Amino acid sequence: MIDSFVVPLLKILIVLNATLVGVTYMVLLERKVIAWTQSRLGPMRVGPYGILQPVADAVKLMIKEDITPVRADKWVFTAAPIISMVPALIVYAVIPFGPEVSLFGRRVSLFITDVNVGLLYVVSVASVGVYGIILAGYASNSKYPLLASLRASAQLISYEVAVTLTLVSVILMSGTLSMVGIVNAQYNGNVWFAFVQPVAFVIFFIGGLAETNRAPFDMPEAEQELTGGFHTEYSGMRFALFFLAEYANMIVVASVATTLFFGGWLRPFPNVAFLRFLDLIPSWTWFLLKTFVFLYIFIWVRATLPRYRYDQLMRLGWKVLIPLAIGNLVVTGIVKVLMVMW
Amino acid sequence: MFDTNELVLNMGPQHPSTHGVLRVVLRLDGEKVVDADTVIGYLHRGIEKLSENRNWTQIILLTDRMDYVAAATSNVGYCETVEKMLQIEVPRRARYVRTILCELQRIASHCLWVGTHAMDIGAMTVFLYAFRERELILDLFEEFCGARLTYNSMRIGGLPLDIPPGWDKKVLEFCRIMDGKLYEYEELLTHNRIWLERTKGIGVISGPNAVGLGLCGPPLRGSGVPRDVRKDEPYAAYDEVEFDVPLGTVGDTYDRYLVRMEEFKQSVRIVRQATEGIPEGPIVGKVPRLIKPAAGETYHAIESPKGELGFFIVSDGKSTNPYRFRVRPPSFCNLQGLRTLIKGHLVADVVALIGSLDVVLGEVDR
Repeated sequence: MIDSFVVPLLKILIVLNATLVGVTYMVLLERKVIAWTQSRLGPMRVGPYGILQPVADAVKLMIKEDITPVRADKWVFTAAPIISMVPALIVYAVIPFGPEVSLFGRRVSLFITDVNVGLLYVVSVASVGVYGIILAGYASNSKYPLLASLRASAQLISYEVAVTLTLVSVILMSGTLSMVGIVNAQYNGNVWFAFVQPVAFVIFFIGGLAETNRAPFDMPEAEQELTGGFHTEYSGMRFALFFLAEYANMIVVASVATTLFFGGWLRPFPNVAFLRFLDLIPSWTWFLLKTFVFLYIFIWVRATLPRYRYDQLMRLGWKVLIPLAIGNLVVTGIVKVLMVMW
Repeated sequence: MFDTNELVLNMGPQHPSTHGVLRVVLRLDGEKVVDADTVIGYLHRGIEKLSENRNWTQIILLTDRMDYVAAATSNVGYCETVEKMLQIEVPRRARYVRTILCELQRIASHCLWVGTHAMDIGAMTVFLYAFRERELILDLFEEFCGARLTYNSMRIGGLPLDIPPGWDKKVLEFCRIMDGKLYEYEELLTHNRIWLERTKGIGVISGPNAVGLGLCGPPLRGSGVPRDVRKDEPYAAYDEVEFDVPLGTVGDTYDRYLVRMEEFKQSVRIVRQATEGIPEGPIVGKVPRLIKPAAGETYHAIESPKGELGFFIVSDGKSTNPYRFRVRPPSFCNLQGLRTLIKGHLVADVVALIGSLDVVLGEVDR
């Protein structure tokens, strides 16, 4: 009873809440880091050094007037933010934050579930999120959001291909689709996949930036061209859902990158005996630390680079990233076969 | 059942990237701009007509409100026109200080331009870096005349006040800081691949075409036409300082960017020379109590940060206000080029081009 019902429920509660809190603090982190890059202070008023800013933001967004444009398609307009937010949250079900540990005399695994097609689940659920953006642009019945949603759909479809191809190379390396299995494969193989699949990692990261609509690929939002893009007509909590979904997706991409390429919860050099003192640090801390580094790079890139133009972005996707990913996959396959034949 | 239509997209007057209240009506085929219509007039205050009912000194403060990011340049342009009408000899010290102020103003205006232009293309950090340096210039202006935006810092015949003690030291200190900071902007943009892709080959216009459209200032020089009022018809103390006029080759957005980045350096060079060489002496020439120029008409142009800023003034010789007052605003002339430049480019390039023309709507509409 406890193992089959209470523990999973508790885990879901913890992960869901941690994600939502993490997402709001991600916003604060972004504002702070960008402010430091730009020789400003960032939010400083709410709480010491602005640490309560997310609370103030949440309250502000919740009590704001929720406007539905008269000419909007009401049902789709309401559903779009939800379609955007839900996939971003349920991906966390298969992300392994740590291995099985004993907690209060009980064996508890630090992930909600380990599906044997975990990676496929991540890819398919994450691609549902784009419907939210497309529908939002369509339902707003307004020109700027429409242009933005067309951009978004083209962008997400083309980058999905490159990203998925890199994931296939990882699957070839690990021989499993299970997220836990991939981490274990890195443990048994004595190496993080980032070092054997550097090309795949770079393509995954660039594709991840594009898929989460982050700078320099933030075409669908493009504040300076499309005045906010697909969420131009949204306000209040519905706008907040889009906003949270974007950040939740960022965390997803960062944690998937950590799991696939940087050994997930494993400490550095997990097989080197004399570094065993590092085991004193709990495994989930390593996971969060690595994810945090990725999130920091996301923000860093945004503060530094200008934005690509829509056609240049498509060119980069189709003419550079996809051929590279296919080449990488073929080479991985050949090497793998040769190694087996030996 | 399926047919294609052009999409008419209204950009502005309230849009984050139209630099004020410019309205551009775009006709789009997909994201490609088929045609564009520029609608102006949202900031019209009738400065030219108002000036015909003010006396000659009162007009100075109206010129502040035209190009509000480079108010001192407009002041100088107007005062010199009136001085030309009255044939007043301006003391050398005043001319030097005018040169310093004009060039500081050019740096401030270009800071605003580089910041907003980069921001339109998505590089938001440059914006705050540039504003950090602009702030230093505003502090210098505040110390000189007490105001930070609309200076009213000139008088017919010279300056209202002498420079405060120690001000020249601070200007030189600023030049030293600026030299270092320019490197930061260039580091972020000049060789950035995304920046190159976004600006190279966008809005190309050849030299003769640019002249034909009446472009002036950096957009004209970006196309390789060596026209700079400071060199061709020197005013203030520009004939006594050394500087180069940077020219572009292709005439695209990147060339216009490079020209302005080089102008930063040349302006710092001019400020340094002028500050080190400020002569002693009076600050105001012999100006009659009652300014009443003889009947006739005068045109005088100066090089404002945006281009050639001209004043055409007619005096009837009887009243204490101009009979006709007309401004040739560089932003207005440059904005004419927008439609030609935009055609065939994408929506994202529209904002890049508006940024690269560097228009100030206060000056376009007056």
